[in-house]
This record gives sequence, structure tokens and C-alpha cells, in this order.
Amino acid sequence: MSSLDGPVSAAAVHDAHDIPSWGGGSLPYAVPSKKLGMWLFIVSDAITFSAVIFAYGYLRLAAAAWPRPFETPSIVNATVMTFVLLSSSVAMVLAVRASSLGKVSGAVGWLVATALGGVIFDVLHIREWLGLIGEGVRPFHNPWGTPMFGAAFFTMTGLHMLHVTIGVVYLLVIAVGFGRRKFSAADVEVSGLYWHFVDLVWMFIFPLVYLLSAKTA
Amino acid sequence: MGKAFAVVLTIITTVSVAIFVSRHWWFPEAASAHGGAMDHQFVETFVGAAIGFILAQLCLAGFAWKYGERKGDARPIRIFPGGAKWLIVLALVYVGSEIILLEFVGQKVWAAMYFTPPAAGSLQVQVLAGQFAFYFRYPGPDGKFGPIHTRKIDETKGNFFGIDSSDPESKDDIVTVDLAVPVNQPVVLLLNSKDMGHGFYIPEMRIQQDIVPGMEIPLHFTPTKIGRYEIACNQLCGLGHNTMRAFLDVMSEEDYQKWIVEQASLQ
Amino acid sequence: MANMPMEAQVHHHAAPTGFIRKYIFSLDHKVIGKQYYFLAIVSVFLGMVLSWLVRIHLVWPNVHIWGLGAFSPAGAPGGVISPEYYLSLLTIHGTLMVFFVLTTAPQAGFGNYALPIQIGAEDMAFPTLNMLSFWVTFLALCALVATLFVPDGPPISGWTAYPPLSAVGTIAGPGQGMGQNLWAVSIALFCIGSLLGALNFITTTVDLRCTGMTLMRMPVTCWAWLITAILSLLSFAVLFAACVLLILDRNAGTSFFLPSGLLVNGQLQNHAGGSPLLWQHLFWFFGHPEVYIAIVPGFGVISHVLSVFSRKPVLGYKIIVICLLAIGFLSFTVWGHHMFLSGMSPYSGFLFSIPTLIITIPATIISLLWLGTVFGGRLRFTTCMMFALGFVSVFVTGGLGGMFLAQPSLDIFLHGTYFVVGHFHMVMGVAAIFGMFAGTYFWFPKMFGRMMNERLGKVHFWITFVGVYCIFMPMHFIGLEGMPRRYSSFLNEAMQPLMPVHKFMTIAALITGASQFIFLFNLFWSMYKGPKAPENPWESTTLEWTVSSPPPFDNFGGKHPVVYHDAYEYGDVQNGKDYVMQTDPPG
Repeated sequence: MSSLDGPVSAAAVHDAHDIPSWGGGSLPYAVPSKKLGMWLFIVSDAITFSAVIFAYGYLRLAAAAWPRPFETPSIVNATVMTFVLLSSSVAMVLAVRASSLGKVSGAVGWLVATALGGVIFDVLHIREWLGLIGEGVRPFHNPWGTPMFGAAFFTMTGLHMLHVTIGVVYLLVIAVGFGRRKFSAADVEVSGLYWHFVDLVWMFIFPLVYLLSAKTA
Repeated sequence: MGKAFAVVLTIITTVSVAIFVSRHWWFPEAASAHGGAMDHQFVETFVGAAIGFILAQLCLAGFAWKYGERKGDARPIRIFPGGAKWLIVLALVYVGSEIILLEFVGQKVWAAMYFTPPAAGSLQVQVLAGQFAFYFRYPGPDGKFGPIHTRKIDETKGNFFGIDSSDPESKDDIVTVDLAVPVNQPVVLLLNSKDMGHGFYIPEMRIQQDIVPGMEIPLHFTPTKIGRYEIACNQLCGLGHNTMRAFLDVMSEEDYQKWIVEQASLQ
Repeated sequence: MANMPMEAQVHHHAAPTGFIRKYIFSLDHKVIGKQYYFLAIVSVFLGMVLSWLVRIHLVWPNVHIWGLGAFSPAGAPGGVISPEYYLSLLTIHGTLMVFFVLTTAPQAGFGNYALPIQIGAEDMAFPTLNMLSFWVTFLALCALVATLFVPDGPPISGWTAYPPLSAVGTIAGPGQGMGQNLWAVSIALFCIGSLLGALNFITTTVDLRCTGMTLMRMPVTCWAWLITAILSLLSFAVLFAACVLLILDRNAGTSFFLPSGLLVNGQLQNHAGGSPLLWQHLFWFFGHPEVYIAIVPGFGVISHVLSVFSRKPVLGYKIIVICLLAIGFLSFTVWGHHMFLSGMSPYSGFLFSIPTLIITIPATIISLLWLGTVFGGRLRFTTCMMFALGFVSVFVTGGLGGMFLAQPSLDIFLHGTYFVVGHFHMVMGVAAIFGMFAGTYFWFPKMFGRMMNERLGKVHFWITFVGVYCIFMPMHFIGLEGMPRRYSSFLNEAMQPLMPVHKFMTIAALITGASQFIFLFNLFWSMYKGPKAPENPWESTTLEWTVSSPPPFDNFGGKHPVVYHDAYEYGDVQNGKDYVMQTDPPG
């Protein structure tokens, strides 16, 4: 399908160095369209997350008593989840590198490793959710303070977990497709952008949701 | 076709401006202390807007009249003198002067209502809005409002504010269905809602404020003319939104004293 | 590599075969553009009928409307519209018009159709995503129309859906159960469709311009679609979040928008911790850019069309581009002007009014540049041009109303009155619609290979132009009298003398609305029976007029256009021609 390896039809293309980057007939800064499209999607999704985080901040600042229930085990769990996600991003970097070098099995392997990181993240997360639900936390009620704590927690982490899960599926599809030579290294790179974005969002949620609600002495 | 457009547009412009200028439909007479300043600001804005409106529409009409292409027309086109430059300057001058005049000079009204505290000795009245009526509470001789207990609100028993009569501060509170104030007396309304967002709008008093459940919002003004004025709900609150209203009675000091004593006896 | 030839990644698809692939699940931007356009046509006629019902109810509240009683026995028993049904009709009218008319046809309709051709591309950057975004939008429309059929009826909270009314559920009133849920789902789906469309438009404009088509050689229409797409990308993301939170408040017991202590219909609600103002901030942060999303494509079309039919270049092309960018940027800074009286800090009110007045500057510059474009031209009064001239007039009128509302001190009186209704209808319900009409009359020959009937077009224009002033100018007058909006009837004696004005507006609305059927007839009749259109009936310079009417499936028949001129080389007659096509060889 698409390829970075050279023009499809030489006749229709001027020498690459003659055309100014924005002059038409070329891709500015050599950024392929799929990559630009993914970046635009990321900007938009970042704004959606920002709106939800804004809502959380707005309500938390106005709240008289926002619970701080996360004790050491919870914070440790969340830290492990953070480490897992960061590691999966490293795996993703290695997958992109392998794919750009044409190393198909290496790339597929690292893609699967990345997806596995996402799955572990999801499992730890669901385990945590079940624990909190067992303690009585609901979107409309919790034993410690304003009912909005549960609402904000489940909404933000739920939205993020949804993105991780979609990412896992996405990465596996790319892995299978790249393995069968149907997708290109560019497609792997684009999926990497998405995965790193999901990781970045977590780097905001972790401190704003977990650390800010860590139990103080 | 161009000439017809020019004529029709000229008629529309003239008729519209004439109707505004005739004040056939206009604000009701202002009946509060800040009303005059607000009306003055409106007229200033209107003059500025009318100048822009008339000039723009008549230019458009004039150009449509004058520049139609005729058969076999090989007339050279004319670029606007100076190109875009003078039009940009015009826009900057026109809008810029409006901004300075209206924003910075004209902020007096907004500042008077919201940046300055109410006058000392203001009459405080609590307002409770709910689907689909307004109720009012006066603090009585102790000058304090007792707490609102939402669970005790019972319209069938006439306990609109959820007052617990055992609360010491509630004992002398006076709850009414009409809002009455003495003329020339500064008033502070404390707006509350028990269910939806509502609005509080008295056009003659030139006051309006959305009422947000969960917040008590103060609104101060000084009525200057005796009369009976309608209070309209002006934020969509449900199927009875258009029926939700109450009345403001501005009375002489004498009449007000009689009224408040009468209301107290009805509690 | 400093750059990469576009050809390196363009993948050419073969001509589609089969009815489904050609007309239903088509990847062709021209078909998708038409699909969006006809979705908007269906929506606008439905929205117009709803507005007739609203206006009829205001002046003849007890009339039995034929068929309505059978359609909605609960909302209109015996064909008489109940107060709650009035609010429902108003809500769906607003939602349909703002989203499914003004945010589809101007951008996704005309933009999808014309953008790729105008920049010399074969199709959009992501044809499959394009098809997906249309069908998601279609699904959203189905969800919204479904609210008219659910037992409890459509929501009554207005297109703005303020909580608590929209968030507490059925206890707040009729339509606030399933109807409001479907509304929220519809809008959330619409957001997704818009987002996918936006990233397609931006990528296409950045990446797929043909050789020689620099950004500053693009027609103004392409700049308008680009800027609108950026606004969509950034603002619909926030509305999507707001809808998700509203759905959670309604169905999962959360309280993002609901404070504690709500006593609704005698029942104490279990919610606590939320704020109705939070919805307003999120909604209007989207809502204000949204109105620019609705009008900026119209700015593009009008700037373009005024030039074509004045036989003159657009005056101040570069300035217009800068002004459009400024309007786009500033549109994110003014949302609080919808909230002056909301209960937010009055200092915020003062702060928001400053950029609100400042945004008038680029809008005024553009309006003056339109006048400057027409000045000294050789005007051709086609129906398209009439609507373009009409646009300038109605946009100036509507925009000037904004000058009053931008000042919080005046908004104290005017907020929530018919003055506001008159203002936003003039700019959105009239000007933006005129932009759509101008676009239709302009691109119809290219889209359908035939010409529309000019005589019918002129009749349509005249009735509409006079009609809209008759409908919406009086709203400013009764607004000055303090007449509140969203009232199903007026009980107070003070408002009764104004009812003749309402009657006048209703009759004007019915007549103007009826004349839209002239347009509809012209549209469909001309598609099949109109005289065949030449390649370039308007003697216009841009790329879509270099190909046949309608264009081949891949726009340029496999050729790659090269552009040598900017988009507005009109002027003096030389060798019998007063224009230079963008693709004409240089010199």
C-alpha cells in the first residue's frame, strides 16, 4: 500500500529538492498523511481528556471535603501500573525501530510485548476497581466523602482504560498485519504515536487522581 | 436586478432605522436608580450601530445600483482606492472607538451593580425560585434569616422555604408571595433555587440574574418609581416556564410598613 | 529529505461499480459531499416545519393542526400543541438547525465536494474515514429524529440542554427521560462524525495540494474550510466530554452538574457535589466556536462568489486569510459572553466582553473588504450573486445586534429576550443559510451537470430576502420591550400589545417557508431536466471549472494539474476574456 521508498509515478513528480515544502505537490516536512491524521486525532483526544480533567478540577476545588483514601498498597499498585505502561512504551519504541529496519519478526515481537503491557495494565486496573467497589465506592457514593469522588475516579480512569484497551486491539491488528506484510513500517510508527499518547495521558491521571488523593498521616 | 436590490435594500434600511428611532417599540420606562445610565449606554451603542448599519447597507445598495454589467460591457474594473488599507483603518477606528467608549467608559452600570457592595441599610429579601413560582422571605425585626431546611419544604402546607419554626432566627421571618419594597430604598435580593436553573427578570427595574441551585446569588438595586412590576422567570426551567412569575410592588414607605405588618400577622 | 512528493503515498482507487458502492457506501468525496448536503436538506425542511409549528402556536395557540394529534397524541392532544410539546419542538428545531444543517452542508457538504477539486487532488486524504464520518452523522440524525417518536416525547430543555433540567431525568418534566438520553447520544455521535471529518479536511489541505497550489493560491473557500476544520477538531472534543458527563449524570448516578439539596417535584434528589455552571462552561467553550464553524464556510463562499460575479479579484485576500485566522483564534476566548448573567464571577463577565468586542474587528474588516470587492466591478446578477449580496446585508445586520449583546450592562436587559433570538437567527438562520444557497446555485452545475433555473432562483431569492427581514428584524423590536424567549405563550397583559408583531412574523415565516419549496422544486427538477451545464458556466478561474460537469470519478481523469496563478485573476477584458484560469500557463 503506501511506501516511503520513493515515488509511485516518476513522470508526475518534479525533483524532490525543487519543490518548496509548502508549494503544493509534496508533503510538508515529509510527514505522511496517516501520521498527520493521527497527530490531529491525538490533539482532539487530548482536549477531550483535558475537558474531563477540567471538570474534575473544577468540582474538586469547589468541594468542601474531597476524600484522600489511597493508602500505600493503592499507591504502590498505581506506581506498578505506571511502570508497566512506561515499559510498554519502551517496547513500542523498539517495535518502531525494528519495523523501520525491516526486521519483521522483531517488530511483531515488540508489538506483542507492548500489547501485553497494556493487558497487564488493564488487569491491575480492573483488580483495583473491584477492590474499590468492594469497599463501597460507586459513581454516586463512597464511604469517605463527597459522592463526586467515585464519579470523577471512574470516569477518568475508565475513559483512559477504554483507550488502553482499544490500543491493545489496535496494536495486535497492526502486529498481525505487519507480520503478513500488509501494513508498512509507517503504520507501525503511527500506532506508536497513539500508544505513547495513551501513556502520556496516564502521566497526568496518575498524579492528579492518585497522588492527590493519597492518604496523608 | 441590481437596481431592484438597491431599492429594496434602501427601503429595508430606512424602515428599520425609522422604527427604532420612533421608539414605537422600546424599553419600558426605567424605574430604578441605575436604569437611566443603562438606557444611556444603549442609546450610545445604538447610534454607533445605526451609523454602521446605514453606511454599510447604503454602500451595498449603491454599488449594486451602479456597477451592474451591461451588455457588451468592457468597462475596466476599478480597484478600491488604496486597496484594503483604508478599509482596515476604517474598521479599526470604528470598532476601536466603540470598544473604548462602550467597554471602558460604559462599564459604570456593570460596575455599579456587581463591583460595588450594596448600600448600608439595604433591605434584604430572600427569594426562592422553584418549578414554577417565586416566594419571598423578609428577615423580620432581628434582621436575620433562619436556615432553609430543604427536607421541610412543603408547598401544600405553605412552608415554601422549609423553615423550622423552632430555629430562633426563623421565628420572626415573614414569607410572602409578592415582593414589596419601599420606593427609593436600596434592596438586596438573595436569589436561591430549589430545583432547576431559573431566571429573575424585571425589565422596568433593569435587573436580571440567573438563579443557580446550590448557590445564593445577591442582586442589588434601588427602585425609584411606585408601581406594580412583573417578575418573569427567564431561564428555561420546564413545561411551566412561561407561567412562572411574581410581582414586585414598589410602595411608599407608609404603605410598605402597613403591608409588612399585615404580612407578619399572616405567618 | 526536505520534503516528500505527494505522489509517494497517493493510492489510486479504481472507479466504483455497483449501486451500493457508487451511491450508498461510496468513498468518493463528491458522493459523500452530496450525501451530507441532502442530509442537511432533509434536516432543514424538518427544522423549518418545526419552526412553523412553534410560530403558529405563539399566535394561534388553540388551533387544531391537522395530523399533529395523530402523530403525537401526548404532545398535541386533538392537534393542539401543549406547552411542553412547544418546548420539545423548539428544542429539536434548534438542535437540527445548528448541528444537522449549519454544521453539515456548509463544511462537510460543500467542503467535501469542492475542496479536493479546488486544490487539485483526486480525493480527500482518508476516503474510508470520510465515508465513516458521514454514516456516523447519519446515525446521529436517526437518534435525534427518534426522539420525536418515543412515548414521552423529545426533550424540553432547549438545544443548550442546561442542567439540572437536562440531568435529573424524568422527574423534571416530559421528554426528560428517553428523549433527553437519545438527544445526548445523538450529539455525542455527531461529535465523533465531526472530529473524523475535521482531521480529514486538515490533512487533505496540508498534504494533497497539487504542484503550484501554495497556501496563498488557494481559493478563500479552502482557507475557510481549513479554519473551520481546526475549530471543529478543538471544540467538538469538549462537547463530546460534556455529553459523556451528562449521560453519566442521567444514567450512572454521577453528579457532575447537579448540586446537593435539589427538591424536584417534591422529591429530594440524591445528587451532590456538582455544578450546573460546569455544563455551561463546557458547552459554551464548544458553543461559541460552533457558531463560527457555522458561518466561516459561508465567509469563504461569499468572498469567492462576490469576486467571480464582480469580475474582480477579492480585495485584500491576504487580509481576509489573516482575519479568518484571527476570528478562529478569538472564538475560543469569548465563550463567557453567553454566561454574563449565569452566576459566574462578574469580573469574568467584564473580561469576556473585551475579546467579544475585539472579534468584531476582523469581522468588520472582512465585511468592508466584501464591499471593496464589489466596488468598481462588473456585477453579474445571477441568483448566486443575489444571495451573496444578500449575505453581506444580513450578516451586517445580525452582527451589529451582537454589539449590544457583547456588553454585559446591556445584556442585563437583553439576555433571554427576543433580541437575542433575532440576533442569532440573522447571523445563523439567515446569513449562514444564504451562504448555503449561494453555494448551491454556484456549484450545482458542477455537481449535477445541469443548470438550475435562474427565474425560479430569482423568485426564491426575492421572497426569501424580504421575508427574512420581515421575520427577524421585528424580533429586535419586541426584545427591546423585554419579551422573554422560550415562552409557549404570554400571559401577562403588558405583552399583549405585542402579539400583532408575532402575528406579522408568523405570516412572514409561513410565506418565506413556502417559497423554499420553489427552491426545492428547482433543485430536483433541474437535476433531471435542467439544461446541460458546460465546463465553466460562470467563467470562474478555480480548478473545479477546468474539468467536466460533473467531473470524472477521480476529478482530473488521471492527470495531475499544475497551478501557475492565484485564484482571483479577474479584471479587464483582454482578447475577449476577462479571467485567467489557475492552471493556464504562465505569461
